[in-house]
Amino acid sequence: MRKIMMTAAVAALAIAATSYSASAAEKLKVGFIYLGPVGDLGWTYRHEVGRQEMVKELGDKVETTFLENVSEGPDSERSIEQLARSGHTLIFTTSFGYMDPTLKVAKKYPKIQFEHATGFKSAPNMGTYSGKFYEGRYIQGVIAGKMSKKGVLGYIASFPIPEVISGINATILGAQTVNPDIKVKVIWVNTWFDPGKEADAAKALADQGADVIMQHTDSPAPMQVAAQRGILAFGQDSDMIKFGPKTQLTSIIDNWGPYYTRQAKAALAGTWKAEDTWDGLKEKMVVMAPYTNMPDDVKALAAKTEAAIIAGTLHPFKCPVIGQDGKPVECKGANLEPGQILGMNFYVKGVDDKIPGK
Amino acid sequence: MQLVLERRAERSTKIAILSPLIAIVLTLVTMAILFAILGKNPIAALNVYFVEPLTDSYSLMEIAVKATPLVMIAIGLSFCYLANVWNIGAEGQFIMGAVCGSWLAVVTNGTGAGPWVLPAMLVMGALGGALWAMIPALCKVKFGANEILTSLMLVYVADLIMDYLVRGPWRDPKGMNFPTTATFDPVANVPVLIEGSRLHAGAIVALIVVMLATVMLGRTIKGFEIRVVGAAPKAARFAGFSSDRLVLFTFAVSGALAGLAGIIEVAGPVGVLQPGISPGYGFTAIIVAFLGRLNPVGILIAGLFLALTFIGGEGAQISMKIPLDLTKVFQGILLFYVLACDSLILYRIRLISPFRKAADGTA
Repeated sequence: MRKIMMTAAVAALAIAATSYSASAAEKLKVGFIYLGPVGDLGWTYRHEVGRQEMVKELGDKVETTFLENVSEGPDSERSIEQLARSGHTLIFTTSFGYMDPTLKVAKKYPKIQFEHATGFKSAPNMGTYSGKFYEGRYIQGVIAGKMSKKGVLGYIASFPIPEVISGINATILGAQTVNPDIKVKVIWVNTWFDPGKEADAAKALADQGADVIMQHTDSPAPMQVAAQRGILAFGQDSDMIKFGPKTQLTSIIDNWGPYYTRQAKAALAGTWKAEDTWDGLKEKMVVMAPYTNMPDDVKALAAKTEAAIIAGTLHPFKCPVIGQDGKPVECKGANLEPGQILGMNFYVKGVDDKIPGK
Repeated sequence: MQLVLERRAERSTKIAILSPLIAIVLTLVTMAILFAILGKNPIAALNVYFVEPLTDSYSLMEIAVKATPLVMIAIGLSFCYLANVWNIGAEGQFIMGAVCGSWLAVVTNGTGAGPWVLPAMLVMGALGGALWAMIPALCKVKFGANEILTSLMLVYVADLIMDYLVRGPWRDPKGMNFPTTATFDPVANVPVLIEGSRLHAGAIVALIVVMLATVMLGRTIKGFEIRVVGAAPKAARFAGFSSDRLVLFTFAVSGALAGLAGIIEVAGPVGVLQPGISPGYGFTAIIVAFLGRLNPVGILIAGLFLALTFIGGEGAQISMKIPLDLTKVFQGILLFYVLACDSLILYRIRLISPFRKAADGTA
């Protein structure tokens, strides 16, 4: 018995060794670290779709690997390093909490190219990338302002980081252009993905009178609750129309495929550089799902707003921006500086909430 | 033909030693079948899981890093389980240890405090875990509350306390509102043993704990007391051993070790206090304790083995695209077989033919 086991082990080792060396030769090995399961239908799912699009585009020039459900704790550094050690030379880490672990591994493996999503730390071999999701939020605000009968929007927020806060602000700024008295109620669920908690938050918001639900969390649960309650909602990360055919107004779709393809091509050509990429509607990193369940005039207004943002004639954070305390926020140019948006830690006037811990 | 379990006259020592091995073999066979169903080459998959991580120094060190908290917690739990005290809340004691120790790291952050910080943090961590474990212990002794329930429920309380602290008072002022403390100062970090790796001094602490526990359980009166109370409560009472005192003692030991593991994990590989510091170490350690036959050296081996499944599971995800969930299935199956095989220590399987039975009946 032992002999058989030994032979089997040796044979397996040999198989593993040959297949490894054969594939490692010319292909670019691209690794992905995912926060959620690929089936979350939200954030991680969209990164997975982006990966698949890249594979479709580049075919057998690339070989990809993903690790899913990697918690942002002590295990993530090891997971990233495992990818670096197993021959992956371009590694995307797709959540804010991987920032420090990615930086640590990047310093240890200077020849490997790292890309970290939604963070603010970088290195010569570690770039960052994110979408201008606030552009989509602004359009949603305009739609919500028109569609809410009670003038109360419900907002399910994850963590009080700048990206989420700027999303809330952009929403209310958009909504105020069509309804100056609009109110936004915020519930912080302190998670990116927890269908149970997200659904509870949606129920609580509906009970508090919100008739349009929006979310900065990743599961379709809030959409389902809104559908049950017969109110309206926006999807998040992906088109969630399946979960609310009569409920979804539109959805901000994260469109990573073109970016992943572009970066992989650059790595293949040897022209990859660590950059801070921040693309929006114009570059199609942020895409709006079809405008549905709204009258034609609202649809037209939404499309007009979208076109203006793409053309650059409209900026969601156009100065003056009035803070929650009624004082205008410091402005150097016509709009808030990118740094002010990327590090946003204040509410604008009209948000009925206090930033947690502030 | 009929299978029956028949009680043995006395426990089988041979099976006691063999049972974890049988369990592992059965697990491997089951896993191989699962791999085959998934369309993966079972031999190659098992190779990635169990052989490859053992072939390079990096993975070996990562296994040690992963096994460190598991072994420390499981040793503590073995004290409880040997005495028939059911502490299920090591996860909470782990977290409270991390919280109490981190308190020092947070208040001394950036103050240029001396090298006393880390030792003091370790003491605070152990104390924190022990005190948290005292709650279910006292509830059991004073009110007869079921410690399985109370210790388990306190896990969630501990988790929420930590959550509150890192989102509120202890949050890193420069952390963009993310729920985490500031990165600990170097004086508050467990030193790394080999430059460039993550192997830290906590691994040595774990080995010392294994040695102390071996001596204590095997060579001291206290160790004897634990065994007697667990195996024969009546005899223990005749001998004058107080089971109440022992409940407090075993809970304290197990809480202290879990707490120590918690602060070592936070001050070592993680470097900050943040939610999700434990991917369920306190619960996985229960598997480790039983897989190791509640014996310190056995636990060391079991801890390393389970750590191997984590590292190998990751390797399998990378090289064979085997889903992560299978690693969890794997651990569940392992515990199932361990417990199932354990019944063979006290029972034996007999095949009984219906004819014999009928014959017996007429006789």
